[in-house]
Amino acid sequence: MDFPIFHLDFIGDRLLIAMIAILHVLINHGLAVGLVPIVAYMELIGLKHPEWDTLAYKIMFVGFIITTTVGALTGVGIWLSASLINPYSIGSLIRVFYGAWFVEWMVFVTEVILIMIYFLTWKKRKANQKPVDELITKGRHVMIGYFLAVFSWITMAIIVAILGFMMDPGNWNNDKQFWNGFANPMYVPQLTFRTFLAYTTGGVISLCLTMFFTKKDTEIRIKAVRFLSKWIFTFLPLTLIGGYWYYTMIPQGMTDNMSVALGTQQFQSYYDSLILILCGALGAVLVIVGVAYLYPKYTPHKLAFFIPVLLMFALLGYFERVREFIRKPYVIGGYMYSNAVRVSDYPLLNKDGILKHSSFVSTKKVTEENQVKAGKNVFLIACSRCHTTGGVNSLVTKFDDMYGNSGEPWNAGAMKAYISNMHMSRYFMPPFPGNDKEMEALIAYLKDLQFNPAPAEGAQTIGITTEQEITSTSNH
Amino acid sequence: MQLLTSILGFILLQVQQVPVPKDIPLPLPLPEWLLVFLLVVSFLVHILFINLMFGGTLLTLFFEILGYIKKNEEYDKLSLEIAKTTTVNKSMAVVMGVAPLLTINTLYTVYFYSANALTGLMWIMIIPLVTISFLLLYAHKYTYEILRNNKPLHISIVALAAALFLFIPLIFLTNVNLMIQPEKWLMVKGFLSALMLPNVWPRYFHFIFASLAVTGLFLFWWFSRKPYLYEESFKNLQKHDLQKRFYSITFFASVSQFLMGPIVLLTLPEKGITWTMILVILTGAAIALPALYYLWKEITGDEKLIGKKFPWIAGCLTVTVIFMGSGRHLYRAASLEGHQKLVKKKTEEYIKAVEEAQQEALHPKPDTSQKVLLSPGELVYANNCKACHDIHVKLVGPPFTEAAQIYKGNKPGLISWIKKPGKKREGPQMPAQDKLTNQELSDVADWILSLNK
Repeated sequence: MDFPIFHLDFIGDRLLIAMIAILHVLINHGLAVGLVPIVAYMELIGLKHPEWDTLAYKIMFVGFIITTTVGALTGVGIWLSASLINPYSIGSLIRVFYGAWFVEWMVFVTEVILIMIYFLTWKKRKANQKPVDELITKGRHVMIGYFLAVFSWITMAIIVAILGFMMDPGNWNNDKQFWNGFANPMYVPQLTFRTFLAYTTGGVISLCLTMFFTKKDTEIRIKAVRFLSKWIFTFLPLTLIGGYWYYTMIPQGMTDNMSVALGTQQFQSYYDSLILILCGALGAVLVIVGVAYLYPKYTPHKLAFFIPVLLMFALLGYFERVREFIRKPYVIGGYMYSNAVRVSDYPLLNKDGILKHSSFVSTKKVTEENQVKAGKNVFLIACSRCHTTGGVNSLVTKFDDMYGNSGEPWNAGAMKAYISNMHMSRYFMPPFPGNDKEMEALIAYLKDLQFNPAPAEGAQTIGITTEQEITSTSNH
Repeated sequence: MQLLTSILGFILLQVQQVPVPKDIPLPLPLPEWLLVFLLVVSFLVHILFINLMFGGTLLTLFFEILGYIKKNEEYDKLSLEIAKTTTVNKSMAVVMGVAPLLTINTLYTVYFYSANALTGLMWIMIIPLVTISFLLLYAHKYTYEILRNNKPLHISIVALAAALFLFIPLIFLTNVNLMIQPEKWLMVKGFLSALMLPNVWPRYFHFIFASLAVTGLFLFWWFSRKPYLYEESFKNLQKHDLQKRFYSITFFASVSQFLMGPIVLLTLPEKGITWTMILVILTGAAIALPALYYLWKEITGDEKLIGKKFPWIAGCLTVTVIFMGSGRHLYRAASLEGHQKLVKKKTEEYIKAVEEAQQEALHPKPDTSQKVLLSPGELVYANNCKACHDIHVKLVGPPFTEAAQIYKGNKPGLISWIKKPGKKREGPQMPAQDKLTNQELSDVADWILSLNK
């Protein structure tokens, strides 16, 4: 990757993208895709029973405020953070998917316009309108709600195609055609899973909001709780089935990583219990919703209804983490590793070194004098997209753990043997991209860090320097 | 000779100060002219809504303060009416920003991303800052009634949003300014130093005046519309006074641009200035003159005739904006032209080197240095185990001599451990080696057990 290197050495670069992206997915799935069909249906009932209309409006108010602020901005935030952290991969994806994203954007514009029309014209009444005409106006308004639900879903359907394409190894290298994203075997299962997951989450959020917007023992609360519980009962089992279908369709090479994806490697043995926790979460949602359904008059405290919402959010976030992880060691399946080096660049870089082909480094070549400094540059280019020196996913901690936390200086030979071969046993790691000298420099830098911890700062704070390649010949 | 080498060294030094990175080795998705067209047009649409959002927020604040000081509720109402347009325009501003963002990423990948990285912390702060200001705008819009008796608090909410809006454009302007000056990249240490490069501040004030001009014109139209039942909402505030006021904002801001424009032009780094660009900018400015004339006529003219020339005014100013947007692009294209050629050359050379290295890797020269032939089991070891295990000393995992001792005479036990390892000691657990074939497992187990001698 030939860009000035932005790097956050404490929280780590991946976490920045993850926080923004997961927040966006929660809002998109929960509030845009999942909530709107429920609100539109409630408004439809409200044509006859005005108290449904009032409740639907209040729920939509929350959806509207959050989607048009945090939702919209985190969507842009994914672009901004991804282009800071991995400009080479996002830049490559845009070159290929420009058309797809352009279409996505047009759908998105429609979605934004519809949500504004839907919410902002909810209470608009023309003066002196006859009741019949008023009903027609209201009916049209409900229609807009359904259009909005459809467009929110289409936005998701397009982005899932792009995600599916990125994960399907081989596609990128064969022919860079967007339509393959739809034809890919994971597409329909993933979309099915996400659709049901979104509807379940939307139901759970609406249920929680209903508890806040209605009073105890009122008829509307009992009816709304019944309706929303049925909604959740319908889509929750479908979510499980969709999830299983998707899991079975993930290509073999990717499922190999699954046990590592669900938590870090140390947790590998807890894999089974994690699955149990997952089922437990969905089970807990079912129990709470079930109690609400069966005993609408004895519903628990309204704060209890935050629990299903949090559980669904945890599940969504968890799913995204797994989906992101099973891409590894690639960022673009078969084409580019997660360190932003193209697979096809490896022969050259293994021979020449990565420093020689980087335009923003202070050392173009490893020498005896600059070994540690050059090693830091190698770290920034080859490791820093996922690792930090002393923060999240820190290399110092990794090696300390590996070599038993003895406090003894790490053995350079052992480290070299490890780094040369790590991709063989750690399937999620890309091979080391540089040459031998650079690996030694990296090891020297890491060994220096072991006893002299100092954060590796990115270009956003210290700027960039390039090495002075000209050595003065004037003293001949 | 000595002098010559130092001169040569100095020249090379100058060259060195402009980093020339490689581009992404993938073709553009559309013809370049089409991408340029999309960039210019979509950016103008985006900036139009940004102007309305920004100018609208400032005027909301202004009229609410005016109402508070003059104890006139109608100004308060006016500020709410403007706030209602702002919350819509702000959503359009964001969604319309995506297309130019995508397009500039495609066309100017190297430049845009490098500038982003160099100002990275502030660049990503755009997301929380804009989110907060949007939430403040909603908080303000939906609390006119609730906070009717606490005006200072209500005004503070929109004032804070306006303060954020005054700051955020600086982040964008710093980036678009830095991206066209690769020769400055080495000097920049974070956002603040990039902010202080010449031309950022003049462009900032140019943007503020443009926002006021556009918003004045928009609000003139908004309150003059036939379907807008002005007289039903406002009793004291005369429609004609308000129309004149909005026109005057546009007039004042546009005249100020005739001052700001030349300052922007003069502070631009010279490298991108061409006669074509100057001509385009001056034509744009000339087309604004009739608009200013009609504005003046309508402001000072008959009450009944106000708005008659509105289509002309809006039309002329739109054309001006299109010319200015095109001039802006011409400048960027000209200033990067030379550097882009260098980048292209470097990218091509790199691709060639990559392909050569790939060919070389496909047809390796027969390696005569490797005299020792490895046994099949040792080969599996070298490719799969060596990262964590040595034969004699503990690395990540125990030495294989130890494993050989433990599994002496128990080959199936060793194989099943390799396939599904448990956890016995300190340190990370061994990953399951389930990609090894049965033959490979057998070979490596044989080899490990052969270490028992």
